[in-house]
Amino acid sequence: MEPSEVVAEYKYGFFDPEKFSFKTEKGLTEETIRQISHIKKEPDWMLDLRLKAFKIYKEKSMPKWGADLSSIDFENIYYYGKPEGEQAQSWDDVPKDIRNTFDRLGIPEAEKKFLAGVGAQYESEVVYHKLREDLEKKGVVFLDMDGGLREYPEIVKKWFTKIIPIHDNKFAALNTAVWSGGSFIYVPPGVKVDLPLQAYFRINAKNIGQFERTLIIADKGSYIHYVEGCTAPVYSTDSLHSAVVELVALEDATIRYTTIQNWSSNVYNLVTKRAHAYARSRVEWIDGNLGSKITMKYPAVFLMGEGAHGEVISVAFAGKGQHQDAGAKILHLAPNTTSQITSKSVSKDGGKTTYRGLLYVQKGCRNVKSRVSCDALILDKNSSSDTVPYMDVKENDVSIGHEASVGRVSEEQLFYLMSRGFSEEMAIALIVRGFMEPFVRELPMEYAIELNRLIELSMEGSVG
Amino acid sequence: MLEIHDLHVAVGDKEILKGVSLTLKQGEVHALMGPNGSGKSTLSYAIMGHPKYTVTKGSISLDGKNVLEMPVNERAKAGLFLSFQYPSEIAGVGLASFLRTAYNERTGSKIGPMEFMKTLYEKMALLKMDKDFAKRNVNVGFSGGEKKRNEILQMAVLSPKYTILDETDSGLDVDSLKIVSEGVNALSGPNMGVLIITHYQRILNYIAPDFVHVLVNGKIVKSGGKELALHIEQHGYDKVV
Repeated sequence: MEPSEVVAEYKYGFFDPEKFSFKTEKGLTEETIRQISHIKKEPDWMLDLRLKAFKIYKEKSMPKWGADLSSIDFENIYYYGKPEGEQAQSWDDVPKDIRNTFDRLGIPEAEKKFLAGVGAQYESEVVYHKLREDLEKKGVVFLDMDGGLREYPEIVKKWFTKIIPIHDNKFAALNTAVWSGGSFIYVPPGVKVDLPLQAYFRINAKNIGQFERTLIIADKGSYIHYVEGCTAPVYSTDSLHSAVVELVALEDATIRYTTIQNWSSNVYNLVTKRAHAYARSRVEWIDGNLGSKITMKYPAVFLMGEGAHGEVISVAFAGKGQHQDAGAKILHLAPNTTSQITSKSVSKDGGKTTYRGLLYVQKGCRNVKSRVSCDALILDKNSSSDTVPYMDVKENDVSIGHEASVGRVSEEQLFYLMSRGFSEEMAIALIVRGFMEPFVRELPMEYAIELNRLIELSMEGSVG
Repeated sequence: MLEIHDLHVAVGDKEILKGVSLTLKQGEVHALMGPNGSGKSTLSYAIMGHPKYTVTKGSISLDGKNVLEMPVNERAKAGLFLSFQYPSEIAGVGLASFLRTAYNERTGSKIGPMEFMKTLYEKMALLKMDKDFAKRNVNVGFSGGEKKRNEILQMAVLSPKYTILDETDSGLDVDSLKIVSEGVNALSGPNMGVLIITHYQRILNYIAPDFVHVLVNGKIVKSGGKELALHIEQHGYDKVV
């Protein structure tokens, strides 16, 4: 077998029988949107917002830059699918097939060991949701977005689409029109959530679109770490995942948002993520992209208040048939703000990675400090990597550092490791692991172990 | 026994070694001396199997097995060790976990991190290395002396049958040279053969060779005992040839 024919094992590619209690027709019309809103018993203002977004979605053209999206067949997608059963607070109440799936993904076990709360979304709806009781008592809110809209309409109304406006881009408009599921989190002033909250997104059916919507508000001086993971079965037809995530870090708050994206190789992953960071707050996107056919995602931090800090640490791994077009956006909109972007990408077996970044400093924002570093590792001749770092700095009194590197595994490094008994495959895997270490060390230990294992799996069959 | 017979090695079209024969037994210390460009390092790379060095003629066997047919990692597992003149840096990889994997590959065991640390700290103490060393990334930010000491540490952990020290003395100050040499002396014994490749006689003041060979222009032109090294020190390579 040729090395390029070897496809690394994807252990999450299994699927359950499709059991929907309701599914819209294929394709997207105003009627589809009315159905979604109706089944969710939403207030009129949300339906109006959805319809307005749909109009903008239709008017907006596809992005003229970035990855090639021309083969997405928007007519061949189910935009909403409600799995059987109702949202449960106990895994015992989750339908058996779905429960088994999340068991295989290790979610209930992780919840017991090291998480403060879990939300599990299956197709379009969150099927399980639970927050540790003591946090509930402290006033922490962790619901699915639909629950958030029902129980905290005022907060939702205040922030929904305020961080990412409907017209921001075509896919943000699409998400606003058909959104379902996702997380709604509110952390009261001064409350530190000691363990991560995790959401897990699972697509099971063929040709389904998943459009979750997440809003996290960290009130003054609070701390929250949110972790999301995602997988799907491998199908010969494509699926679409297009999420919108809005974060608000009020004064002195910290939000850390960790993503381990491991979609199967038939999923288009087109996600808009943005945070508003107020004075002295801190927002960190820890963004890992391992899976999907195409990803376009550039987590953003708007530094709105003095002393705010924004950070994006990302890795992208592109294998056969994959294009990871990922990066970061930092906008310095207040003086004395700081930021750091660290991007690492690995491409192999014909995969392609693109780092696309924007660093903006508004005029008058003095004493801004920023550091951007992006490194790419290309493992074979068929693979490639691009770097597109935009900088738009309107103020002189700033300190900005930028470094970029593109490299291959050197013959000398390989020889050195092999002279110590490592096989060629082990040696390359070790080098890749070391290359990604600045990202991995940011993860909670359990995820770090999992990620290292995933990297090793992805590296199998690297050597012909 | 490591037997090198009539070895010819080329880099690209250029022949560097033109028929080198040498036999190294466990328990013996050989020194291979020679001026710059004589092919000393080429010999060490060829023995270990660097892909840039092509063996065009001759043989290398290790305890009767044909070394030239083995991939580099199999040579290591069979008991060959090369202490590099310029060791590679491996960013993001901790020395302890790197060495544990190497140890497990070499010995075929599956020793866990805790148990391994005991062995590692023992060997580090021998080389007067601080425990913090184990936490650092492989060779990243190491000084020249630290890199060389780290090579000998790896030798200590992997307990090879045959060790090649490629210009281990170059770039070492006297104190470091002493520590490294004492380390080699403590570790070499009846079970390890050592081939010291060096330009200068200096290291041989600390590690006494049983045999000295002089390599000039790709050929061993003279072999003898310890006194040959001193002779070279006094008279230079020109007079020996």
